[in-house]
Amino acid sequence: MVETQLRFRSDEPVGDPAITVDNFGEQTNAAAVRIEPGDDARELLPYLDRLKLVEVNFPAFTDGRGYSAARILREAGYQGELRAVGDVLIDQLFAMRRCGFDSFAPQAPLDPADAEAALSRWADVYQATADGSPAIWAKRHG
Amino acid sequence: MKILTGNDLKSGAVVWWDGNGWSLHVEDAVDAGDQADAILATESAARRVNAAYAIDATREDGTVRPAHIKDRIRALGPTVRMDLTLKPADPEAGSWVI
Amino acid sequence: MYKYDSYDQEMVDTRVAEFRDQTRRRIEGHLTEDQFKPLRLMNGLYLQLHAYMLRVAIPYGTLNSAQMRVLGDIADKYDRGYGHFTTRQNIQYNWIKLDEAPDILADLTTVEMHAIQTSGNCIRNISSDQYAGAAADELVDPRPYAELLRQWSSFHPEFVTLPRKFKIAVIASDTDRAAMRLHDIGIQIVKNAAGELGARFYAGGGMGRTPMIAPMIRDFVPLDQLITYSEACLRVYNRYGRRDNKYKARIKILVHELGRDEYVRQVEEEFAHLLTQGIEPPIAELERIVPYFADPAYDRSAPDSVDRSDPDFALWLDRNCHAHKQPGYSIVTISLKPVGGIPGDASADQIRLMADLGRDYSFDELRVTHAQNIVLPHVRKADLYALWQKLEAAGLGTANLDQIGDIIACPGLDYCSLANARSIPLAQKISERFAAPEKQAAIGELKLKISGCINACGHHHAGHIGILGVDKKGVENYQLSLGGSEGADTSLGKITGPGFDEDGIVDAVEAATEVYLANKQGGERFLDTYRRIGMEPFKDAIYAKEPVNG
Repeated sequence: MVETQLRFRSDEPVGDPAITVDNFGEQTNAAAVRIEPGDDARELLPYLDRLKLVEVNFPAFTDGRGYSAARILREAGYQGELRAVGDVLIDQLFAMRRCGFDSFAPQAPLDPADAEAALSRWADVYQATADGSPAIWAKRHG
Repeated sequence: MKILTGNDLKSGAVVWWDGNGWSLHVEDAVDAGDQADAILATESAARRVNAAYAIDATREDGTVRPAHIKDRIRALGPTVRMDLTLKPADPEAGSWVI
Repeated sequence: MYKYDSYDQEMVDTRVAEFRDQTRRRIEGHLTEDQFKPLRLMNGLYLQLHAYMLRVAIPYGTLNSAQMRVLGDIADKYDRGYGHFTTRQNIQYNWIKLDEAPDILADLTTVEMHAIQTSGNCIRNISSDQYAGAAADELVDPRPYAELLRQWSSFHPEFVTLPRKFKIAVIASDTDRAAMRLHDIGIQIVKNAAGELGARFYAGGGMGRTPMIAPMIRDFVPLDQLITYSEACLRVYNRYGRRDNKYKARIKILVHELGRDEYVRQVEEEFAHLLTQGIEPPIAELERIVPYFADPAYDRSAPDSVDRSDPDFALWLDRNCHAHKQPGYSIVTISLKPVGGIPGDASADQIRLMADLGRDYSFDELRVTHAQNIVLPHVRKADLYALWQKLEAAGLGTANLDQIGDIIACPGLDYCSLANARSIPLAQKISERFAAPEKQAAIGELKLKISGCINACGHHHAGHIGILGVDKKGVENYQLSLGGSEGADTSLGKITGPGFDEDGIVDAVEAATEVYLANKQGGERFLDTYRRIGMEPFKDAIYAKEPVNG
């Protein structure tokens, strides 16, 4: 299992293995699931209260379906750990955070200084996402 | 013959493998033969070239003529702005491109 | 036009810092080319046929003289003294160095410009009507809505890794001057029965390998739901657009394969959900933006008559000057299509001259059209003659707007690594064949468009006459199509038959115009005659000559 390199939560990470979306519904005590790009994140909505960890797999960083999956979960009120795994690179970290990811398990380790720079670079954002950051239009109009 | 071409990473200039390094001039291109893949891998990893690939070419009239018109235009420059090509002073420079 | 506030300025400045850092990491080897490529594309930097090419954004085709001047200076300082205006209202520079690209972006920020998302699998520059704010037939100025969408789409975290590029056009008149229905999303600002403004949405248009005209997907979206509805359209595309095949990854394929009704159903479902998420800017934000596009301080006593005694001026007046909503004013198109020239190219000196002319004659405003010309939107009729004289002196006075000499051509194989054939020499030959003003005047409105490959950046599918460059066993060859149109009567051109070599296609174009002239009735344009008599008479004439070298 690939190590979680970055984590922005104060609670303890769960140790449960993440099972597939297909299997998740059947296993009524499972608390961790892994979403592949072709999965429909909304299939998990009935189970949000027992979910502690959702991994979203990025087999290739260019496949952006995981960003929508993340936002859908956060918009539905999911508050557990939302972890980006796979081809997770420095220059996508900020967008991933904005979509609701709060931990990252990249298949190749990231330079910590580059990661810090990427995550702290943008003071403002043009769009409202469920991450709670006020959009520029909100700041303009109080 | 099989020649190698790509772009300089920083300047973007079109370059050709001349046996030792990367030349701006297609006439310096050498036959990379079955070393082509190995050279491409080494040179790309070292960032001495970017986006490089192997193409067919023939040696003729003292120059090297890439098989495909696209690479011949890369070698010369835009045919509609001869003043911006590698040899703007030479009116015959583009005669082999098309 | 829109002016940045401190937030907008901070965003472009931050973007430059980000790209500077990404470029450094690429040059030092911390990023592979595969990892760097999407990043540089989202800053407009292509690796093209001869060098890096930079595409600078000109949002909805509008700019002021200070911005235009900087575009000219960039051509001199970093490039080879010229720029190319594109079919999406942007400008391109062909000889850029990677290690200078961040400096160019920094220079652009000093005049509120950027190259954000002008390439890559993301939402691109939002285009609009080049006569916005000046045309008599528009409901409102469409550009405030384009600006709202520009900000919404910039650095959108969910939509910067789409299956493919995404192009949006916004208009506000029934006369579509922006080829709106050939976009991934096209928006027309309309009024409902209650007299309220809203947006009519079209989705799934495009050209390329599989040209399609966008069906309407919603008749009316209230203005205070514009962003939410757009977000729903994009989310469905991001989730379900094809990612298995680059040539089937645009939204037009998704809409076609799902069927319009199913795509609409999915968007409406997502829209209903997103309405609960509070992602829409308050209406106060639109109200903040709209005044930037208020009418300039027109001289309301400006005379409406023009002295036509100079016949060359009269020709240009009739061809290149369009009626303005304000009496005493005119909308001027500066042709970047001189006879035998390179369509859309302008030298640094010409660009700076046009900047000065925009400042002096058009309330400091210019437009770039998707036909690769420049517009001065608000010129007093009393100033037209002086303006024309200055344009003439600089080679910018060609009187050929929407005529056969006003060719749209992509850069083609002379500049573009995607191309199969050169398009510019062909444009030059056609331009020279039809150079005589009487000949052009007799033919009248004829929109001829050339693409060097099936990606159709020259919009050939929408040409009254369209030409597509193909690779025929390593030799350049050209297909001819007739009957395309990009206006409210959008239609896709139909191929005539076997292709031609470069000389053959010029002859074929001439043969087609001769068929038109022999058959036209009343005030028919080429397109009207073609639609009335059909392909057969054209085909007969085009292929009646000696053996085709196709």
